Amino acid sequence: MVDPNGTGLPPEGSQGHACAPDHDPDRERVGAAPATQPAVTTATMEIVVAGLFLLFGVGVMYDSYRIGARWAIDGPQSGYFPFYIGALICLSSSVLLVQGVRQRMRVSNRGTFVQRGPLSDVLKVLIPAVGYVLGIQLIGVYVASAVYIALFMVFIGRFHALRSTLVGVGVAAFTFVLFELWFRIPLPKGFLERAAGF
Amino acid sequence: MAELQSLLNGFAIALTWYNILLMFIGITLGVLIGVLPGLGGANGIAILLPLTFTMSPTSAIIMLSCIYWGALFGGAITSILFNIPGEPWSVATTFDGYPMAQQGRAGEALTAAFTGSFVGALVAVVMITFLAPMVARFALQFGPPEYFAVYLLAFCSFVGMSKGSPWKTIAAMMLGFALAAVGMDTVTGQLRLTFGSMELMRGFDFLIAVIGLFGIGEILLTMEEGLEFKGKKAKISARVVLDTWKQMPRFWATSIRSCLIGCWMGITPGGATPASFMSYGVARQISKNGKNFGKGEMEGVVAPETAAHAAGTSALLPMLALGIPGSPTAAVLLGGLLIWGLQPGPLLFVEQPDFVWGLIASMYLGNIVGLIVVLTTVPFFAAILRVPFSIIAPVIIVVCAIGAYTVNNAMLDVWLMMLFGVVGYVFKKLDYPMAPMVLALVLGDRAEDSFRQSMLMSQGSVTILWSNWLVGSITAVALALLFWPLWQAIVGRRRRAVAGQA
Repeated sequence: MVDPNGTGLPPEGSQGHACAPDHDPDRERVGAAPATQPAVTTATMEIVVAGLFLLFGVGVMYDSYRIGARWAIDGPQSGYFPFYIGALICLSSSVLLVQGVRQRMRVSNRGTFVQRGPLSDVLKVLIPAVGYVLGIQLIGVYVASAVYIALFMVFIGRFHALRSTLVGVGVAAFTFVLFELWFRIPLPKGFLERAAGF
Repeated sequence: MAELQSLLNGFAIALTWYNILLMFIGITLGVLIGVLPGLGGANGIAILLPLTFTMSPTSAIIMLSCIYWGALFGGAITSILFNIPGEPWSVATTFDGYPMAQQGRAGEALTAAFTGSFVGALVAVVMITFLAPMVARFALQFGPPEYFAVYLLAFCSFVGMSKGSPWKTIAAMMLGFALAAVGMDTVTGQLRLTFGSMELMRGFDFLIAVIGLFGIGEILLTMEEGLEFKGKKAKISARVVLDTWKQMPRFWATSIRSCLIGCWMGITPGGATPASFMSYGVARQISKNGKNFGKGEMEGVVAPETAAHAAGTSALLPMLALGIPGSPTAAVLLGGLLIWGLQPGPLLFVEQPDFVWGLIASMYLGNIVGLIVVLTTVPFFAAILRVPFSIIAPVIIVVCAIGAYTVNNAMLDVWLMMLFGVVGYVFKKLDYPMAPMVLALVLGDRAEDSFRQSMLMSQGSVTILWSNWLVGSITAVALALLFWPLWQAIVGRRRRAVAGQA
């Protein structure tokens, strides 16, 4: 068993420890369970995020320059302040990009950003949640909430369908009473609520 | 003693049955938020903010600040009983709190934590009572350059005190500033960074960012870690409380130290989380029971909790006196002030004394109410944590979505919330700090305004930031903090080079 940071040097910057504190590549090879295999390494993710930051920074600088980032007769133009913000984003993300690439080049440093099993767990929450937001837009918040909670409980929590439906409808009904009747804050509604006269 | 007179006046305002009821509701909601994963002080208050639009500002802030106290208390419950910190500032509480629970001393640990929290908060409130009016009076003479220098100081201290990569702190912070700039420029009326989108004209609302970053992001993280809540049972009887209170005076030295650390870290934007760690570390080094820390030492529960509460409370001082929040949660409260039509800053003490002193008085009362509520309701909240995560997770996502929608009644905000959720998940995993980003998003416009006004005063010369001793010294401290990580890196490298030669 070799220490992944066998050089004895501290990890680049100080970001390494917080993301993948004690990941041991050797154990992974022995265990070979697909769920613990890294889906993405930390170094790759660092590069991707720094790259996105750089793109964003360039976009901010470009747009600020377009609307004027100089000094007009009556004072600084609209893009004056954001231009330098964009410049600082570019500067910091370039440094992070270089650090990320150097981290990736070193064979010894292979921190895992997320393993396969946990990644699928995360997607199991994220994808239905995106569907739920789409549902709010299409059929209103109350029906979408009831359906979302019930389906989530059935498929991910493996609860009985009746219990799931009761919880889903209960939460939706409580929300309805709280917002529409008590606080009188209108939330997005669909055909069902409209049919009921709200 | 004008402050005492004002404070008594504040008590007269805060002490109505309606406000006391709101305190109880706020604390209970706050503890609930603190206990549940995915909901915390900042996003919990952000979600509940729209519900307070119909209340008077004083009642609204009393309820919202009580949610904050509740959340501060609630974090300790999960840390001690479940070894899962409900809030980042209660991570250090798990070190000794959970071992105590394993030894069957959960009741003692909880009592110690709550009492420590109460003491920390109380000291911080006393400090606010006397220091905030002084700071506000002093800040009345601030002009735009001084304000910009103070903003600079706040943001540079994030860079100087960050534990991770300073570049990441800068990147995250500047992202916040850039997002704050999106929309219509208030001075020239020009559209900035909208790239032709009508919806983006409104700009990014930081409440949406807070709900997404801290709410959805946290749920995704919790899901990845696959948490199962298997906790210890807790019963707090009156006898346990009294027995623990009898032991507490032994820790007076630790308490004072923790209060000092907490107050300092709270006023400077260090925040409750580093304060709790620092206090735990210092207590372990100085205490004569130091070697027992980590094995269930009560002092190890008192130290971080006291500091976290002192920091969380004193974060409201710069928000009240200067209009600069010391933590994301204080930033959300500041956002509330703006929505209720109050201008935070030194003038608030002059123009809205009833509001300010009502709030300060409610801090005393809220923490007493908080202590009573948490000591009596722990079993109930522990039971909530036994509800399976596959019920809690979708319900919290529903709550977040509704909260995001009600901020501006816009569907786009709900989508943005999801986007911020993914950003929050990635940032958390890569150690990009979120507090500076949120604060930049809140303060971006005002920092820019003060910068522009300063530049107008000086006809575009940056030297205005050194033009008198006041602004000059603030700027100097800010720059020192900004370059602190660089200095450390140089010193560290030189030391390593010397060690390498030897």
